[in-house]
Amino acid sequence: MSGAVSSLNRRALRATDATTEPLWVRILLTAIALSFLALFLVIPLIAVFTEAFSRGADVYWAAITEPDAWHAIKLTLLAAAISVPLNVVFGLSAAWAITKFHFRGKQALITLIDLPFAVSPVVAGLIYVLLFGAQSWLGPWLSDNNIKIIFAVPGIVLATVFVTFPFIARELIPLMEEQGTSYEEASLTLGASGWQTFWRVTLPSIKWGLLYGIILCNARAMGEFGAVSVVSGHIRGQTNTLPLHIEILYNEYQFAAAFAAASLLAGLALITLVVKSLLEWHHVREREKAVRAASQQA
Amino acid sequence: MSRPSVIPGFGLSLGYAAFYASLIVFIPLAFLFAKAFTLTWAEFWQTVLDPQAIASYRLSLGAAFIGALINLVFGFIVAWVLVRYQFFGKKIVDALVDLPFALPTAVAGIALTSLYAPQGWVGQWLTPLGIKVAYTPLGVIVALTFIGLPFVVRTVQPVLEELEKEIEEAAASLGANRWHTFRRILLPALLPALLTGFALAFARAVGEYGSVVFISGNMPFRTEITPLLIVSKLEQYNYAGAAALAVVLLMFSFVLLLLINLLQHWSSKRAGA
Repeated sequence: MSGAVSSLNRRALRATDATTEPLWVRILLTAIALSFLALFLVIPLIAVFTEAFSRGADVYWAAITEPDAWHAIKLTLLAAAISVPLNVVFGLSAAWAITKFHFRGKQALITLIDLPFAVSPVVAGLIYVLLFGAQSWLGPWLSDNNIKIIFAVPGIVLATVFVTFPFIARELIPLMEEQGTSYEEASLTLGASGWQTFWRVTLPSIKWGLLYGIILCNARAMGEFGAVSVVSGHIRGQTNTLPLHIEILYNEYQFAAAFAAASLLAGLALITLVVKSLLEWHHVREREKAVRAASQQA
Repeated sequence: MSRPSVIPGFGLSLGYAAFYASLIVFIPLAFLFAKAFTLTWAEFWQTVLDPQAIASYRLSLGAAFIGALINLVFGFIVAWVLVRYQFFGKKIVDALVDLPFALPTAVAGIALTSLYAPQGWVGQWLTPLGIKVAYTPLGVIVALTFIGLPFVVRTVQPVLEELEKEIEEAAASLGANRWHTFRRILLPALLPALLTGFALAFARAVGEYGSVVFISGNMPFRTEITPLLIVSKLEQYNYAGAAALAVVLLMFSFVLLLLINLLQHWSSKRAGA
């Protein structure tokens, strides 16, 4: 990243006609890029908020405070509150095993971690219906013991865990790979225990990357639609998450209410982008500081 | 198996990771294949080669391909502009590129539908031209373009940032004009990243559901994507049929995943050379 900045400075100094495009090409390309982004990103975003308030603030307020909406919000928060920590623990242990040790089958584990990204959300829901649904092999036993997974909250949580499964591990593996093992080895040599080393040495050095992963994982967990839709059964006030609540309202032609609920999730998306950018800028600044310190020492 | 290491926790971390990954991903996916093959071969092929299913593959793959192609062209321009040019608000524009990753698909779906409906903000300009987007295959392409938008930008951007300006200067000093330099120097260097971004956008779009169901209208043979066909099989309690179609969809994804890995291998070899 610091390379990008210094190359910018260099470019500013040396910019000649030979290594940049004529002014009209630059203006044209910038205009094309911005128009494309405006059409596909900005206008849809504006549409969500405009439609949400199209029938006034009262309708908006009523739509997001009615009991079904509230229940959907709470269920969405619950699903994220369970699935994100589960994937944090998994991400940390997978990244620890993969980056600190050499073992056979490492590549297979990495492929397995990536797999949910390649699986359609609908298939992600389907696999749990096949495993735990009434018709499944486990179905009779589950119903005898009064355990409901499909068309109930556990199914929603499982589907959410599946679709957000890779996020944190994916973020941590390259980061911890880059950091190597020397700090941990030093800490252990100085007499710290394994857990002390993890909490005092490893965790502080990966905390920003971890937070980055959590932010993305949380956004997907709260917004997941396809997988959750397959396992939820769409029972109002019981198994409806916020995205499913939006679908029901929309299909009932309650557009203002649907967009009001959607505006909450769009707000979440915007907050996610802001936090994500802040973390990235922080990362760039830290890198630059490290590079500057290294060059001063040299 | 493990290299002698002073670092503890190998058994615990690998054991837990493998256990959790098997429980959440591996066993459920294995069950899917087992369920699909409770059908006889004849039944399996009949389900997956049914004309309605074939029409859905054609739409899912075709629309995903066109969407990825649109993103290849415009994503490249966006990445180029973000790396090479200066303009007001660039940081905000850069951050906004990731919106399709952060915005729930259902929200994107209803927003795009309302925009491209005949009376919508965008649709009203297209209707007089005889172009219908919402509830047609064109609508599916719009939704799939939206969700695949960040991939090409985010794979090309870092490679473009790392490119040595000196090579372009050398090309210019040897008498190449700008277009020549672009075609002969820049494009070959960026090709692996461009193709990787294209394949990622394509793979993501093939399985997409949430943003498409609202805008497509879901008419069998015309605007019904494969994931939707799986849902409708499920709603008819045809579990084995749903599983069979899911296996086909997974196969498409696995082939793409393999392709992406090969591309990344190729581009890292390029970078090393």
